[in-house]
Amino acid sequence: MTADEITEKTKSFLGKFIKVEEIQADEDLFAAGLLNSLFAMQLVLFVEKEFNCKVENDDLDLKNFNSINAIVGLITRKIATA
Amino acid sequence: MQIELTPQQIEQQTYFKTFVEEYVIPQAKLHDQQQHTPPELIQRLAQQGYLGAIIPKEYGGGEMEAITFGLLCEQIGRASASLLSLLTVHGMVCQSIMRWGSAEQKQQWLPKLASGEIIGGFGLTEPNIGSDAKSVESVAIAHDDHYQLTGHKKWISFGQVADLFLIIAQCDNKPTAFLVERKTAGFSTKPINNLLGFRSAMLAELIIDNCMIQKQNLVGRIGFGFSHIAGTALDHGRYCVAWGCVGLAQACLEASLHYTKDRKQFGTFLSNHQLIQHIIADMIVQIKAARLLCYQAGCLKNSGDPALIMETSIAKYFASQMVSKIADNAVQIHGANGCSDEYPVQRYLRDAKIMEIIEGSSQMQQIIIAKYGYQSFLREMRKNH
Repeated sequence: MTADEITEKTKSFLGKFIKVEEIQADEDLFAAGLLNSLFAMQLVLFVEKEFNCKVENDDLDLKNFNSINAIVGLITRKIATA
Repeated sequence: MQIELTPQQIEQQTYFKTFVEEYVIPQAKLHDQQQHTPPELIQRLAQQGYLGAIIPKEYGGGEMEAITFGLLCEQIGRASASLLSLLTVHGMVCQSIMRWGSAEQKQQWLPKLASGEIIGGFGLTEPNIGSDAKSVESVAIAHDDHYQLTGHKKWISFGQVADLFLIIAQCDNKPTAFLVERKTAGFSTKPINNLLGFRSAMLAELIIDNCMIQKQNLVGRIGFGFSHIAGTALDHGRYCVAWGCVGLAQACLEASLHYTKDRKQFGTFLSNHQLIQHIIADMIVQIKAARLLCYQAGCLKNSGDPALIMETSIAKYFASQMVSKIADNAVQIHGANGCSDEYPVQRYLRDAKIMEIIEGSSQMQQIIIAKYGYQSFLREMRKNH
């Protein structure tokens, strides 16, 4: 799967919660108050189901979830090591 | 689309029914009056593999899929809402460790939780903190080789007997989850009695007085205690409660059917009065609707679909509202008899009210569901323009 495909799928998922077309790829999603804890759980499930990988406790770092680029980076690393 | 239980699920459902009718229902009234669940009953649940139902087989659990586990919760809820809360909170700890625990934590705790050697308790709520759960006031201070934990938890189901608690506290002002053993120096519990419902759920306050917690008892990472660890636990809790509400409502219906077939007023059985039929019909329909929501949430859980979070919240909200109304009507049908302890419906009503409060009150679910509604609506609007 290419980085562009991962980005598109991620944006499509995020589009359920926020106006993703108005968000910069490196904009801090949590600092902007756009997302909440319920979203956090759904994001984990999305990553695991859509990309068939496991989010581990070591992955629990805001740097892995706080922007579109960060999420795509986490998924890319997960796929590479799967 | 076909909504139908598999032969295996039906077989398990029959087994669960037989179990609760033999071992739980006959004693439920006594346990409610005594405000106590005997260790023998907890051990019997353990022997059946119910305490380890959701735990993977590699750790000695039953690895039960979500629908079958829901059917178990339904039957336990039909028999005793208090006992359901054991399955709920114990499962919340199991689920949190399964999902976010380290390999060492899984090896250390899951086999013991699966066998019932130890019981899990969930420590989130505090005297000053209920719905605003991420603002807990318990504090953990990080030292070189341990955390120093201080706090006060309240309304902890089976807190009187649980051995291992998942405690949420602020560490560097960030919600963080820790595993705390009952035997930890500085840890003590104080029973809470005479509640409206859940009287045999053995609730307790937890006093955490400068407990030294080993570094390896941190669950997940600092700052993720509410969003991910408690979030995982509460999602599991809501699923158990939703199914338990279906079971409790079914008990209300069965009691009402039985009573109205036997009791005569105005020269005919209550079951022949149309206003009674109205209530019975509404009970049947509402229970079916709640059960379908639970099936939906269970199917999503089995597939790991992100939508499971919202659908579980919806199922819990609807089912807890539903059972409260149905239990109220069950007492109404029974009249003065329903207000006495000669009939179980007064216990059902007391327990039903608790269902609207635990694992996120109805009002918190409404906020979540409404927000989801606006997000979905606005997304569709954007698509269409």
